[in-house]
Amino acid sequence: MTVIDTPTITTETVTWTQACRLDFLIPGRGVAVLLKGGRQAALFLLTDGTLAAVGNIDPFGRAAVMSRGIIGDRGGVPVVASPLLKQAFSLIDGRCLDDESQSLPVYAVQLDGGVVAVSNEPVQTP
Amino acid sequence: MNSTRKTAVVVGHGMVGHRFVEALRSRDEAGQWRVIILSEEKLPAYDRVGLSYYVGNWNADDLALPGNMYDGDDLVDLRLGQRGEAIDLAAKTVTSTSGDVIAYDALVMATGSYPFVPPVPGHDLPECFVYRTIDDLDGIRAAAEAAGPGAHGVVVGGGLLGLEAANALRLLGMTPHVIEYNGRLMPAQVDAGGGAILEKLVTDIGLNVHTGVGTAKIVSIEEEGADKVTVHLSDDAEIKASLVVFSAGVRPQDALAKASGLEIGARGGILTDLALQTSDPSVYAIGECAAIEGVCYGLVAPGYTTAEIVADRLLGGAGEFPGADMSTKLKLMGVDVASFGDAHGTTEGALEVVLHDAAKGTYAKLVVSDDAQTLLGGILVGDASQYAALRPLVGRPLPADAAALISPAGAELGADSLPDDAQICSCNNVSKGAICGAIAEGACDIPAVKSCTNAGTSCGGCVPMIKKLLEQSGVALSKSLCEHFTQSRAELYDVVAVTGIRTFSELIAKHGKGSGCDICKPTVASILASTSSDHILEGEQAALQDTNDHFLANLQKNGTYSVVPRMPGGEVTADQLIVIGEVAKEFGLYVKVTGGQRIDLFGARVEQLPLIWKRLVDVGMESGHAYGKSLRTVKSCVGSTWCRYGQQDSVGMAVLLEKRYRGLRSPHKIKLAVSGCARECAEARGKDVGVIATEHGWNLYVGGNGGLTPKHAVLLAGDLDDETLISYIDRYLMFYIRTADRLQRTAPWQEALEGGFDYLKAVVCDDSLGIAGDLEAAMAKHVEGYKDEWAAVLEDENKLSRFVSFVNAPDEADPTISFDDSGERKVPVLLGLPGMPVGVASDTAPAGK
Repeated sequence: MTVIDTPTITTETVTWTQACRLDFLIPGRGVAVLLKGGRQAALFLLTDGTLAAVGNIDPFGRAAVMSRGIIGDRGGVPVVASPLLKQAFSLIDGRCLDDESQSLPVYAVQLDGGVVAVSNEPVQTP
Repeated sequence: MNSTRKTAVVVGHGMVGHRFVEALRSRDEAGQWRVIILSEEKLPAYDRVGLSYYVGNWNADDLALPGNMYDGDDLVDLRLGQRGEAIDLAAKTVTSTSGDVIAYDALVMATGSYPFVPPVPGHDLPECFVYRTIDDLDGIRAAAEAAGPGAHGVVVGGGLLGLEAANALRLLGMTPHVIEYNGRLMPAQVDAGGGAILEKLVTDIGLNVHTGVGTAKIVSIEEEGADKVTVHLSDDAEIKASLVVFSAGVRPQDALAKASGLEIGARGGILTDLALQTSDPSVYAIGECAAIEGVCYGLVAPGYTTAEIVADRLLGGAGEFPGADMSTKLKLMGVDVASFGDAHGTTEGALEVVLHDAAKGTYAKLVVSDDAQTLLGGILVGDASQYAALRPLVGRPLPADAAALISPAGAELGADSLPDDAQICSCNNVSKGAICGAIAEGACDIPAVKSCTNAGTSCGGCVPMIKKLLEQSGVALSKSLCEHFTQSRAELYDVVAVTGIRTFSELIAKHGKGSGCDICKPTVASILASTSSDHILEGEQAALQDTNDHFLANLQKNGTYSVVPRMPGGEVTADQLIVIGEVAKEFGLYVKVTGGQRIDLFGARVEQLPLIWKRLVDVGMESGHAYGKSLRTVKSCVGSTWCRYGQQDSVGMAVLLEKRYRGLRSPHKIKLAVSGCARECAEARGKDVGVIATEHGWNLYVGGNGGLTPKHAVLLAGDLDDETLISYIDRYLMFYIRTADRLQRTAPWQEALEGGFDYLKAVVCDDSLGIAGDLEAAMAKHVEGYKDEWAAVLEDENKLSRFVSFVNAPDEADPTISFDDSGERKVPVLLGLPGMPVGVASDTAPAGK
């Protein structure tokens, strides 16, 4: 199991929201997670087993739908395509591959005892 | 400049008159001329050549020529409904029917032609029509509809226009007869051999052809009934008919010119020289009314040439009429006819090579020079596919043996055998050189060539040639679905069908690369759904669906969904309506009746979908698949059960078809409609599959659609019984599903089929590929395997658990969703302001329950 995690979040201030058991996730699909503090993350289990989380709100469509997008890759970069107008966002750093002016916040993901948790604060804010 | 501005008066606003004004105004940058146009018809210039397209859609706007109102051009004054009444050559004035006396510096006669009506007794009865204007067609339509389906109609004249008129009668539901005085149809274009094949082909389609006979008289029938006249033929035969259309040729409209003293040609027409100047140097004649050195040309292309020359002359040019290409190619009722160059072999010493295949129904003749080296002309009937390649070769050395050029197994005429100045698109006068130039500059597909050069944008006859030029220039037309699959959708379909691969991961591992994307995943999902009856949210398939299919509802802009239960044929019970109302009230949904006879409930959150569907399923409603690339609706009128005009039970047929094809996934959404009579209240011809009741059964139309480029469906087969109708629709839809590109609607799919509509017809109606049984079996499997997707979700705890806004808070509603209920209708409110940082938006939203 790989977790796309970022070394910058080893500080003690990081707090986590438990999302669900890993085996609930469907490879290749996302779910929305309501974070403590009211933010929303879109959490994905990629088909290669990698976990990734980005902001759930589509900055173009301004609706909380990113978790319902189709995931895949563009030139090898794992991406999620917005279900509204199909712009692709990198699951590594959140940037939009179709329009550099927009990007999604990226959240850290951790796996503990078969349970997936997402950081309450983004590790990378656009 | 204004003080010296001159006035050109144009008498007549047909296609050529309009072309003249356009040419003059676009070239006269200094504004030397102002133009006054007198138009006898109340409609501004329209496409008279395309008049027959008016039959069926009855929309005159479709025929309007672009720019025919000259909006915003102060130098053009179009006076509709005003004829030129008199010309005073000495005073240089024209008097219009409304009494205006208009002074001119140049007068351009563009009065065109009038239909010739032979003076047979009875030719002036109210049941007699001509075929020239939109008004004429409206009159014919009214008479045909009053007579009712199947009534007989007689066309006097079996030329090109006569056959078009007969086809118009056929499209109006009449039984058409064509009377041609000559021994063959289209005597001007084809010879005896071609005429014989042509007669057989159009007879097969339902025309009654009477050649070698004249029309002796037309007599009124006094009794009540559909038949209003008896047409007596010169061989003593009689035809009882509801109406008669004269299409016995046209005559140049030269009466006004004659009355004002202009010189007239020996065989009629306003006499001009090669500069189109008449006997009065200030007066020009263009188009069909002009007798250029005594010869009238009854085609629009030479007419356009005359218009361009006169525009050029008025601005000081010295253009001369170069002679005309009288080639014609047309498709009458699906029958190809082409005639080009010296088709009748009138050149001294000309030789003819003829290939006459009575069994196949084709006739081809090439006329060559006495040394058999130069192509002079030809005639093609039944199959004119070689026209585009042969016509540009007229007057040039033959690239191969003449017989080989028209033999089916003979020489394939490569595009490379054509010189650069050869005209490929005769409608828009585009040469091979121009097309190759566009390709060299980066046009790499047919649409790109069309938009750079205009080639192929009119009749489309040259599109195969453009394709060859593209191929020849080495352009590989990419069919790759996306960066992950080099195959086209149709090829992937075959891979799935042949290998039996049922998962995306196996398919991409063996036949693609990478991990997929939002293009290939839903495409593969659609292929998997079309080839089995598994639930689309089962196993790995669930990960491929786009959000609509994933939540079995339509995503709306604020992340909520709309719910559309199926209502086959638009039928709904009172109980079902009550529950729909209750659900809408309880969940605060916005309700709208759709264009497809359904009720759409908007604004449901993900976690509400199962609750809503539970209620709907309980009263017998099922998923309407409004979210999928799948069968949407089968619209219907009320049909014979309630309507006093209905000829068949359109509701019953619509329900039957909808139940048969519900849940069928396809490259694009599919809509059907069934109309109970030719009044077409269900607008069936705007649908992918349209069924229209006739007296004897059903007419089947295919390939209509709305969308960005709306298309009318085309008649595939007529007067079908229920069983044949359904088997044809089965075959048509399955063939489409198997071979269309991703997101390709039926209309462009049909157009792109190699071999065109005739090929489609052969596959569906004649089983030319021998796959009809296979296609029907595939459809039978689909019908048998159908289960309601929503009922299946409600029975499956695992699937139900996916319908939540938040995986970690299944009972929580998404706090970012809100609506504005203050106005006339409920509207979704989007998050934050444009440009607002994303993280902040969710901070400012309410924190939830």
